Amino acid sequence: MKTRLLAGVALAALLALTASLRAPRPSDGATPETRIGIEHFTFLPPAMTVQAGTKVTWVNRDEETHTVTSAAGAFASPALEKGETFSYTFTAPGAYSYLCALHPYMKSTLTVQ
Amino acid sequence: MDRRGFLECMAWVGTGVVWTSAGGVLSSRTLAHAGEASAGGDFSFVQISDTHIGFTGEANKDVTRTLQEAIIAVNALPTPPAFVLHTGDLTHAQKPGAFDAVAELLKTVRTERVFYVPGENDVFLDGGKEYLGRYGKGTAGGRGWQSFDYRGVRFIGLVNVLTYKADGLGSLGPEQLEWLEDDVRALPSSTPVVVFGHVPLWAVYPAWGWATGDSERALGYLRRFGSVTVLNGHIHQIMQKIEGGITFHTAMSTAFPQPAPGTAPGPGPMKVPQDRLRRVLGLREVTYVQGRSALAVVDRPLA
Repeated sequence: MKTRLLAGVALAALLALTASLRAPRPSDGATPETRIGIEHFTFLPPAMTVQAGTKVTWVNRDEETHTVTSAAGAFASPALEKGETFSYTFTAPGAYSYLCALHPYMKSTLTVQ
Repeated sequence: MDRRGFLECMAWVGTGVVWTSAGGVLSSRTLAHAGEASAGGDFSFVQISDTHIGFTGEANKDVTRTLQEAIIAVNALPTPPAFVLHTGDLTHAQKPGAFDAVAELLKTVRTERVFYVPGENDVFLDGGKEYLGRYGKGTAGGRGWQSFDYRGVRFIGLVNVLTYKADGLGSLGPEQLEWLEDDVRALPSSTPVVVFGHVPLWAVYPAWGWATGDSERALGYLRRFGSVTVLNGHIHQIMQKIEGGITFHTAMSTAFPQPAPGTAPGPGPMKVPQDRLRRVLGLREVTYVQGRSALAVVDRPLA
């Protein structure tokens, strides 16, 4: 019981830390959401961890066209011009590596717990 | 600085100078004398690249117009080109209607035929379905790569944008490499070879993906030839490199320039003063003279 409580506290602390660092904010208690910026040919933050069920929105802040394209084919945005966004809700845990199909050296990984 | 270093350095400002390769040694002449090369009634062809139709960014508000200007320049060449090579990124990010617009514009080029290879902008959305639907006919297995002979010169068009290696570089893939090996196997080493593709086949700047991961294997099949000219686009600026009998040339775009390697946060469109734009956009004319291994390469800015 005590162990479970401790584990629970530890988990809560970890989640709180993750929340403060990564800012997946549960908006209205329904779907947690978070944002990833595309700036200067980089996904920001470069790596992120979210909970299963989180809706992730990428926003392109570059003048150049970019995409958000899963390496394994799980998701693929259309071409995103400046200010345009792409959202995907991650339901299954795992590590999702993705890139910009127009600049494939732009890479990142999103971890879903 | 040695001669090669000097030449590579000069390539950065090489616009308007004709480089002639003979037996691996380059010599240059100014544009005023370039016409002499075609005096023997041989042939020339034109390379255009990175037309990016559909682009609407600050770096060039009218990419249709600059392509039209490039076409006017092609049609005004003293020696009409036997054909035109388009080295990819016909469209900007496969914008709706862009392929149709490019096709309509290029109908006005006075030449027998236009050959294409795709850029990543032409294929990323649908894995090349629309591009190959339009331009795959007559290519190897409909996959986009192809070769043809013209007056004793073997032309080879390669596709290096359909798969990305893990390192974010262009990639030819084993199937195409096997095709290439087979394609050149029976050719005498004296045959001049022209290779054209989108992403450079030499490591211009891998940090920006300006390289093809498996190009070394392709070049291995070509090293025995006395004259190999490799023409690429993708980086929207002129660069040259010599490696034995192989000379590499990257081309200007007709749409917008890109920064020199490492001089910006990324390889995006570079905004230059309006009065300078047409000096960094342009086309390339390549002249072949029979009996000489030399191919004369002339980069012609729009202004």
